[in-house]
Amino acid sequence: MEFPTSASPHVVAGYTVPRVMFQVLLALAPVLAVQVYLYGPGPLWLVAVACVTALACEALALALRRRASQAALRDGSVLVTAALLALAVPPLLPWWLLAFGTAFAVLIGKHAYGGLGQNPFNPAMVGYAVLLVSFPLEMTRWPLPGPEWDALTGATALDALRTGLRQGYTMQEVRAGAEFGRLGAAGSEWVNLAALAGGAYLLGRRIIRWQIPVAMLAGLAVPAALAHGLDPGGHAGATFHLASGATMLGAFFIATDPVSAATSDRGRLLYGAGIGLVTWIIRSWGGYPDGVAFAVLLMNLAVPLLDRVTVPRIHGHP
Amino acid sequence: MSARPLLRGGLRLESHKTRPLQQSVQPMPAPSTAVLALDQGSGEEAQAVVTAGTRVRVGTRVAVGCGAATDLHSPVSGEVRAVEPRPTASGPGTCIVVASDGRDERDPDLEPLDWSALDGAALLERLAGGGLAGFGGAAFPTAGKLALARAAGVELLLLNGAECEPWICCDDALLRERASDVVLGTQVMLAACGAARATIALEDDKPEARAALEAALADAGDSRLEIVVLPAVFPLGAEGLLIAAVSGREVPSGALPPEVGVVCQNVGTAAAVARFVSEGVPALSRIVTVTGSGVRRPANLEARIGTPVAELVAACGGYGDTPPAARLIAGGSLTGRALASDTVPVTKGLNCVLVATAADLPARAAQMPCIRCGDCAAVCPVGLLPQQLHRAAHADDPAGLARFGLADCIECGCCDYVCPSAIPLTAGFRAARDRQQLHEAERRRAAEAKTRYERHRRRLDEQVDAERRAFEEARRRARGDGAGGN
Repeated sequence: MEFPTSASPHVVAGYTVPRVMFQVLLALAPVLAVQVYLYGPGPLWLVAVACVTALACEALALALRRRASQAALRDGSVLVTAALLALAVPPLLPWWLLAFGTAFAVLIGKHAYGGLGQNPFNPAMVGYAVLLVSFPLEMTRWPLPGPEWDALTGATALDALRTGLRQGYTMQEVRAGAEFGRLGAAGSEWVNLAALAGGAYLLGRRIIRWQIPVAMLAGLAVPAALAHGLDPGGHAGATFHLASGATMLGAFFIATDPVSAATSDRGRLLYGAGIGLVTWIIRSWGGYPDGVAFAVLLMNLAVPLLDRVTVPRIHGHP
Repeated sequence: MSARPLLRGGLRLESHKTRPLQQSVQPMPAPSTAVLALDQGSGEEAQAVVTAGTRVRVGTRVAVGCGAATDLHSPVSGEVRAVEPRPTASGPGTCIVVASDGRDERDPDLEPLDWSALDGAALLERLAGGGLAGFGGAAFPTAGKLALARAAGVELLLLNGAECEPWICCDDALLRERASDVVLGTQVMLAACGAARATIALEDDKPEARAALEAALADAGDSRLEIVVLPAVFPLGAEGLLIAAVSGREVPSGALPPEVGVVCQNVGTAAAVARFVSEGVPALSRIVTVTGSGVRRPANLEARIGTPVAELVAACGGYGDTPPAARLIAGGSLTGRALASDTVPVTKGLNCVLVATAADLPARAAQMPCIRCGDCAAVCPVGLLPQQLHRAAHADDPAGLARFGLADCIECGCCDYVCPSAIPLTAGFRAARDRQQLHEAERRRAAEAKTRYERHRRRLDEQVDAERRAFEEARRRARGDGAGGN
C-alpha cells in the first residue's frame, strides 16, 4: 500500500496564532467593562471605531502589498492592536483622532515594516505616541469617574501629582485632589485591577509568560519605593505607581507583545525591567504624564542589542 | 531513585501505549522472502559477501560491516535471490533478498559464547561478529561503540529504556517480559567496555517494566547495576539529554559520550547481546511496535530483520477501514520517518510502525509569520532559540546559524509541536544543515582545485626555471668553452 509522506515531526499541538490573539481579546474584556462602568459607553464606541479602522487599514495594506488578506484579517492580531490603543486613550477622545492613530499604527507601525511578525515597534504604542505628540491636550484630559462622567474632565492623577509637586504643594495637598483614589488614581486604579485580572488569566492559560510583566512591575515598583523611602514628600510610592496610568495594561498586554519584545527569558527580564524603569523616570521627571508608551518604544529600540547579548547557553557548550 | 525534573524544556505528551501492551509480544513467523537492507539505519552500507544463488542458513553471515554498518546475517534458511536496490525505510538502498525454504535450518557454526572467560578485547571481537546494533533507532554498531568506550576508559554504562515517543512501547514490552535478558546483556557489555557500573534508565510511566527489572536485578544480585526512574518527558530518551539527566554531565558539543566517561546503549540491544552470548544467535530479530488507529489490533511483534512491513501490519489484523490509514510512519510521531510504501523491510533500527489515521496526526494549520512568541525556545531541550535560528536559516546566514547552534539541534521537533504559527522549523533546520554540507563540500572541492592548480603552476614554473637554468648553463658552457678555446 502507498502512503503520502511528510517531514517530521508528524504531530503538532494545534495552538494557533488566531487562538492566542482571541484569548488576549478575551482577557481585555474586564478592562473594557470597568472603563464602561466608570466612564459610560465612550470606551465601547472607541473600541468599535478602532477595530473597524484597523480591519479596513489591514485590508488596504494587504491589498497594496498584494498579499492574500483573508487569513491575516482573521488572525485577530490587528484587533488586538486596535483594542489596546482604544483602551489606552482617554474615553472622551474624538473618534476621528482614534481612527487616525489606529490607521497610523496599522499602516506605518505594522505594515511599513512588513506586517505581522516583522514590526520592531509595538504598533499600538506607535499609534499612541503619534496621538500624544500631535494632540497633547486631547490625549491628556481624562474624565473623573462617577455618574456625571461627562461633566468633568481634567488631568490624570499622574499629571496632577507632577504639576502639583513642581508648583510647591505638599504630597498631602496634592493627593487630596479628586483625581486620586485609594491606591492610585481615581478610576484608573480599577482599570489597573481589571488589567491585572486579565493578565492573570493570560498567565494561567500560558498565553504569556511571567518574565516581562513581573520584571516590568518590579522595574517600576522598586525605584518608586526607594525614592519614596528616601523622599516621601517628593515621590509617590510603589502602590501609587502600580495602580495608576497604564501600568497593568502595559505590563500584561503591551510589553508582552512578543513581536517587538526581546526573545530569550533573560532578555525578557531585562526588557521588562527596562520598561518599568523608563516609565518611572518619565513619570517622575519627564514632560508627559504617563511614560508606558514611550518606555515600551524605547525598549523596543534596545531589543536587537538585548537579543544579541542574552543568547542562552546551549546544551554541551561552556 | 526518585523522579527528578532534569530536562529543560521538553513536552509532556499524551501517551498511546496501552493498546499494544494489552497482550504479550507476538512472535512473527519467518517471512517467505527476507529483504536485508545493507544500511540498517545507521546511514552506511555493509558489504555483501553473498551473490544470487548462495545457499544460506539461519544466522549465516551475508554481509560484512565496516564503519557505522554491522555484519548482517540471514534470518531464514534458503537461497539468496538477488543483491539489488530496493526501497527501504531510509530511501532506496541495496538489499540482499533471501528466499526462504521454509525449513529454518540453523547455521551449525552458531554456538553460545563463554563470555565470562574472555577478556574485554577478545569479548569485543566476538561481539563484533554478532551483527549487534543500536536497537533504539540509530543502529550504530554496538561493538564499535563499546570499543570506543573501552579505549576512552568510561566509568558508566547507561542503558536507555526511556521510550519517550508517545506511540512506541517495544522497550516497555521487552522489559516486562525479558528483564533478565536485559540484565545479562548489561553485564556482558560492562565486561566488554570496562565500565565500573551500569545504570538502567526508564520513565515513571512504566511501573510494570520497572517491577520486572527490579525482580531481575534482585535475582542477578549484581551491585554494579542500578535503576534510575525519570519523568516521562519527551525527548528525554535522546542520548545526550539522558546522559545529562542521569549523570549530570553534558557531552560537549560535537563530542561523543565517552568524552564524559559514559557510554549509552539501548535496552533492546542489551537483550540482543544476551541472546547472542547465551544461544549464539546473532541479531536476527527485534521487537517492533505496530500501532496507530489505522491498524486493527495494535501489538508488539517479534519480527525477523528483513520482514516486509506489510506482513507486520497483516499480522496485526491489517489496515482498518473506518477511518482509513492516512500515513505510515517508521518510528515515532515526532521523530519518525514517513514511509511511502509498506513494502520496506524491518531493519535493526526500526522500533515502531505507526499506522496513523488522519485523527491520529491532525494536519497542521496554514503557516503564518513567526510572531516571536518564544514558545519554541521554552520547549527546546538543548536550549536553542529556534525562532532566531529560523530567521538565520531563512536568511541563509551562516554566522547566525553557527551562533544560534544549528549544529546542536537534535531535530526532536518540540519547537514545531508548539509553534502557533505552524512553521515547519525542524524541516527548515534539516534543510539548512543539508545546505551547509553542500557548501562545505563545494568549499572543499574548490580548495582542492586550488591546491591542484597551484601545484600545477609550481610544476610549470619549476620546469620553466629548470629549462632556463639548463639553457643558461649551456650558454655559459658554450661561452666558457669558446673563451677557453681562445
